[in-house]
Amino acid sequence: MGPLVTQDIIGGNWNFVLAFILGLFFGGVLEQAGFSSSRKLAGVFYGYDFVVLRVFFTAAITAMVGLLFFHYFEWIDLSLVYVNPTFWPSALTGGAIMGLGFIVGGFCPGTSVCAASIGKIDAMVFLVGIFIGISLFGFTYDWWVDFVFAGDLGRIKVYDSLGMRQGSFAFMLIAVALIAFYATRWIEKRVKKVEY
Amino acid sequence: MEENKQASKYMNPYLAGFLLGLVLLASFYFTGRGLGASGAVKSVVVTTVGTVAPEFASSTLFFESGASEGESPLKSWLVFEVLGVLLGGLISGAFAGRLKLKVEHSPKISSKTRLIAAVLGGILFGIGSQFGRGCTSGAALSGMAVLSTAGFISMLAIFGTAFLFAYFMRKLWI
Repeated sequence: MGPLVTQDIIGGNWNFVLAFILGLFFGGVLEQAGFSSSRKLAGVFYGYDFVVLRVFFTAAITAMVGLLFFHYFEWIDLSLVYVNPTFWPSALTGGAIMGLGFIVGGFCPGTSVCAASIGKIDAMVFLVGIFIGISLFGFTYDWWVDFVFAGDLGRIKVYDSLGMRQGSFAFMLIAVALIAFYATRWIEKRVKKVEY
Repeated sequence: MEENKQASKYMNPYLAGFLLGLVLLASFYFTGRGLGASGAVKSVVVTTVGTVAPEFASSTLFFESGASEGESPLKSWLVFEVLGVLLGGLISGAFAGRLKLKVEHSPKISSKTRLIAAVLGGILFGIGSQFGRGCTSGAALSGMAVLSTAGFISMLAIFGTAFLFAYFMRKLWI
């Protein structure tokens, strides 16, 4: 039963090998999907290319449904799977700053690595920016530390936050995704094509 | 409506999303954690500061956390994963004939403007990822897969804010 590394079924250093292999596929799929182009990524915000929404939503749902089934078949112990803790004020603020960074810079960190690998100079520069940004945050950490740890809700699940059952929420999310897939196709047909 | 010439060379987005979801699922099954990206850059920052100014690093909580264990902070899961992303992207780009050094930008702006915007965007993403405890892949995508509230807050905040500012930044893209 998974997760294998967490339970020492696969030993320590193999974890790094796995990380590298998973990264290979992660980078390969991102590049194949066209995430190595900032103008393609930005399309989602102007309605001329919704590849980001399609890939992102499909991936999230595939992994979510997969985990639920793995749990149901007892192939994975979900209590050993890392769930990122919710500190809502900093999550909201960080997300907003990243959103601005996305529309200004055209990448997010993962896609910038992927784009840099095929020679996009703007992506390499974006990566330098991330380095500078994290450094700035680190040097001024004392100013933010209280805020970063404020509003601790622990490892709370979204269906508990909304007072829903797990299955109902998963079903709703899939329904929202399908509606979004359909609606964005409709929008894409009506928005002027952008050549890139 | 005619298909975008370049877009047709890319993989079907739903298939790509499905495959990406399987990679993410495999990551959870094998290693108990999701995918990420910004954390690897953090390791590089922590290593750099720890090498250039070790005294400062050991006195600052943010840098100290990575330097104290005796092992290099570069020996981290995310650093290996991101090296994989780099090679995976390169292989895919090579097969698709997309390897080319260039600055991609809208014809309405210069390469210089694009590069300035890219570095600014990177700085913002770097700062934001530290508040958000991860970026689009680590906090939002992986968080959504495990149905964490933080994952959904991050996703909504990232894409919501980008949409809000899209109108003001349109010269950069369309």
